[in-house]
Amino acid sequence: MIAAVTFGEVTLKLFEGFLSTLKIFGLTLLFALPLGLIISFGSMSRFRPLKYVVKVFVWIIRGTPLMLQLIVIYYGPGLIAMAARNSGASNFFVDLMEKMNNFSAMTMVVIAFVINYACYFSEIFRGGIESITQGQYEAGYVLGMTKSQIFFKVILLQVVKRIIPPMSNEIITLVKDTSLARIITAYELIWAAQKFIKSAGLLWPLLYTGVFYLAFCGLLTLLFGYFEKKLSYFRS
Amino acid sequence: MPILEVKNICKSFGKVEVLKGISFNIEKGEVLTLIGSSGSGKTTLLRCLNFLEAPTVGTITLNGETLFSSEDTKALSDREKRDRRLHFGLVFQQFNLFPQYTALKNVTLAAELLKKEELKYEKAPKSKVKEELEKVRDHAAELLDSVGLSDKMDNYPCQLSGGQQQRVAIARALALDPEILCFDEPTSALDPELTGEVLSVIRSLAQRNMTMIIVTHEMEFAKSVSDKVIFMDDGVIAVEGTPREVFEESNNERIQKFLKSVNK
Repeated sequence: MIAAVTFGEVTLKLFEGFLSTLKIFGLTLLFALPLGLIISFGSMSRFRPLKYVVKVFVWIIRGTPLMLQLIVIYYGPGLIAMAARNSGASNFFVDLMEKMNNFSAMTMVVIAFVINYACYFSEIFRGGIESITQGQYEAGYVLGMTKSQIFFKVILLQVVKRIIPPMSNEIITLVKDTSLARIITAYELIWAAQKFIKSAGLLWPLLYTGVFYLAFCGLLTLLFGYFEKKLSYFRS
Repeated sequence: MPILEVKNICKSFGKVEVLKGISFNIEKGEVLTLIGSSGSGKTTLLRCLNFLEAPTVGTITLNGETLFSSEDTKALSDREKRDRRLHFGLVFQQFNLFPQYTALKNVTLAAELLKKEELKYEKAPKSKVKEELEKVRDHAAELLDSVGLSDKMDNYPCQLSGGQQQRVAIARALALDPEILCFDEPTSALDPELTGEVLSVIRSLAQRNMTMIIVTHEMEFAKSVSDKVIFMDDGVIAVEGTPREVFEESNNERIQKFLKSVNK
């Protein structure tokens, strides 16, 4: 039997799903931004082995679909643990896989998203940092500034200004990529809407999710526009 | 005793030898100009003096203290490098002002950081720190005034003309009280009508007995401001002497060719 649902009830349920979407979005940004900066330093390192390891890692992550990465990280540990159990192997790595197999779907989603987005962010950071002329560093050096003073007092804000447009692009993509979480059974906005197909035979809640995405992306666009304007007082 | 003694500086980049044994002295208060065609090594020499490049061979001695010696294989720590750099100031061809700071902040930034570090080391009380930073600020304002920019202190570099930017850069270099101020083609990136204002600032520094090393293509300026001129050619000093000796009395074939080509 199919129960009648009101518009208000649908909105409420979708809002719950949207909060979960926001959680994936927020946690991914929180961890992927600093991790991305660290990865970018790795890919610019003068220590060749580190540089190449990082570059290969970034290539693998950017070269495969996020959906595939979600599947690997969600099912991989379980498969490895099972194979190890069957062959009687037991070590630190197998224990870790066992443990990961027990993580919630949400945790796995955040791990996969953080790794994926950190790699994209790292390339944006790298581009931004490398676009600053050598002259800025040299001016700092001849004025007796230390490397970290030069980076934090001179370079960083110029980098931030330059990377706002590509960053906002990537961050807006992230909003919509959160819908992939459903693949590995993590609850989010699209899933919340799909439930109404089964429970009430309704398709329109699925279309209604678009309103949530549009509103949120609109808000982000305004926010990035504001940052860009804030930093328009200088040219570099 | 000369303030600066440079002995047998050689610098190679890979297999390319850019400097092939440069030696010269300057006295306190002297103005030395380096002239020569591009690629002759003038800029590399300045960069070696400012520790932006390490010479392959040679020594640099300031006031009797050896700042650099290729014999000394011990790697310098960042702090040592920095202390040595501070004896010199450098004004770049492309100004290299910090775009996100006002003219005043460009001048005070490095001096403030140094002061803060020093006072932290002395464990100075907050009131003292504030007082000292105010002094840095006042000094910076005086310097900007002396280069004719007292009304532009709160402007950002993008709001200033090239000549004004270069004058801010000169004030910025002076803020750290260098013993020797170096200029790397300070007017080459400027429109012709803006070179005059920068050159007159340099001239007034010469009148106040600032020790300076200037790389320039402005021959008339070099003639009138210098105590000593060095003509570099292919990594060596081809001719050196007073402006008169270099510009008028030298029979060196290379310099005559060079002077003819720049006076065309």
